[in-house]
Amino acid sequence: MTALRLENVSKHFGAIHALNDVSLSLSAGEVVGLMGDNGAGKSTLVKIIAGNYPPSNGRIFIKEQQTTFHRPVEARQHGIEIVYQDLALCDNLSAAVNVFLGRELTRSIGPLKILDYAAMNAAAACLFKDLRSETRPRDLVRQMSGGQRQAVAIARTRLSNPDIVLMDEPTAAISVRQVAEVLNLIRELRRHGIAVVLISHRMPDVFAVADRIIVLRRGNKVADKPTADTSPEEITGIITGAIERA
Amino acid sequence: MAASGIEDAIGQRSHGLLSRMLGQQAFWVFIAAVLACLALTALTDTFATPQNLFNVTRNFAFVGIMALGMTVVIISGGIDLSVGSVLCLSAMVLAITMNAGHPLWLGCATALAASLVVGTINGVLIAYVRIPSFVVTLGMLSVGRGTAMVLSQNKMIFQFGPDEKLLFWLGGGSTFGIANPVIVLALLAVVTALMLKWTRWGCHVFAIGSNEKAAVLTGIGVRRLKVSVFIFSSLMAGIAGILEAGWLGGVTTNLGQSMELGVIAATVIGGANLMGGAGTVFGSVVGAALIEVIRNSLILLGISTFWQGIFVGSFIVIAVAFDRIRANRESDG
Repeated sequence: MTALRLENVSKHFGAIHALNDVSLSLSAGEVVGLMGDNGAGKSTLVKIIAGNYPPSNGRIFIKEQQTTFHRPVEARQHGIEIVYQDLALCDNLSAAVNVFLGRELTRSIGPLKILDYAAMNAAAACLFKDLRSETRPRDLVRQMSGGQRQAVAIARTRLSNPDIVLMDEPTAAISVRQVAEVLNLIRELRRHGIAVVLISHRMPDVFAVADRIIVLRRGNKVADKPTADTSPEEITGIITGAIERA
Repeated sequence: MAASGIEDAIGQRSHGLLSRMLGQQAFWVFIAAVLACLALTALTDTFATPQNLFNVTRNFAFVGIMALGMTVVIISGGIDLSVGSVLCLSAMVLAITMNAGHPLWLGCATALAASLVVGTINGVLIAYVRIPSFVVTLGMLSVGRGTAMVLSQNKMIFQFGPDEKLLFWLGGGSTFGIANPVIVLALLAVVTALMLKWTRWGCHVFAIGSNEKAAVLTGIGVRRLKVSVFIFSSLMAGIAGILEAGWLGGVTTNLGQSMELGVIAATVIGGANLMGGAGTVFGSVVGAALIEVIRNSLILLGISTFWQGIFVGSFIVIAVAFDRIRANRESDG
């Protein structure tokens, strides 16, 4: 089933053409690596999918239904969740509270509503177990490794049971062992039938988990191939422009 | 790894109650305050008398109540320099209202309404116009006291109409041998602590102090939250103003001058982080108590009160330095 389909999407900022006529589709349970040099249009594309701004031209289909988003909340309501590069976590709060931040579980004591820490800890523990990550719900995020932080950010997206998760450079600036942890988290998302868009500069990571690789260069889609049919050398060539198109 | 292994790892608690307590600056400041009290009890005959303890607790209650509001503001990543002026304005509005022959409840209502207005203006300018809290409340420090001067024509008010006795009892009296302001402090401290720990509001206050952008992305109404934080702080200062008017039995326009510095000192000694995201009610109250104990001990030991500023100032830096050293050691280990 197609989770997401873009048809001839363009985005202009005044005279600058950030995206030209990009079409792509994404199936449920598919991991797509979105690659390209700085300024190639990756983040513009992600922001359009995430509802930060509408495309200048083109159409977006979610599960074969045409949609337009005006605000990020609308994208979230349509089952799209984003894991931000800086993860948007609060260091001084526990993992469980971070997972539920903004949609905390409460229980009533008479007329008062108080936070239900026990329920949040239990639910977060389930999510972490589901992601096969050794993350303790009560630990403060400050004390956590990069991989555990990713698990918290990803567990947060799982709360709303999304169809599509966009991940912005999840493996930048973390240790080798933690990278392996994060790649496993992505595989877990795929196992749950979630479509993942992985934006990354790191060739080995993309080749390790992506089913398909899409390359953008100067706002144009220049490659869209199954990972099995290509090689890091070819993708590098396409990204830099040494190879025109694949 | 086997699933049971993961379950064990997830279920594990990394810190016990004791180690969490030892990791709190508030705990060590509490120990310091207790030690200071014990030393004073041993060194002087005058410290541990009921009258002196009554005075000490009453004296720090006003700063303590304001420190509750400041704690919340500082946790949220802001600062409120206007609390001393709000205390003065609140007391003055109360005095003018009661001086005109109105009952105590109306005086309290107008005083708190004035505080509410100040807090709302602070909050709106900070959250919606995005002026830094330092600047907004620095301006309000002048505006608040200026308003009190204009309202009173800079005269002292010491007659409070028909409910005068009731007001003096409220601020200067005692119940079961405990000064009334101390009881108010205790009640408000418990309420504030519960709100910070057990409500979504409290949770969000910690969140915006740590990572405001993250709070926005998760859909928290950050701007409304900020306004509520500054209103809370102003209301605490307003309550302290009412009590202080009752205790002193007269209101002048220099009431609460520079008090904001003592309040900030108390919260910082108690472990609040001026960068936001950390602070405890218990710590701030203990911080306020410690400052008062230091002041009291200098008097009782016959040391010139000129030394007071030096001791309190040094203690602020020492308390935070200890915290830094401990934090560094933790991140190394």
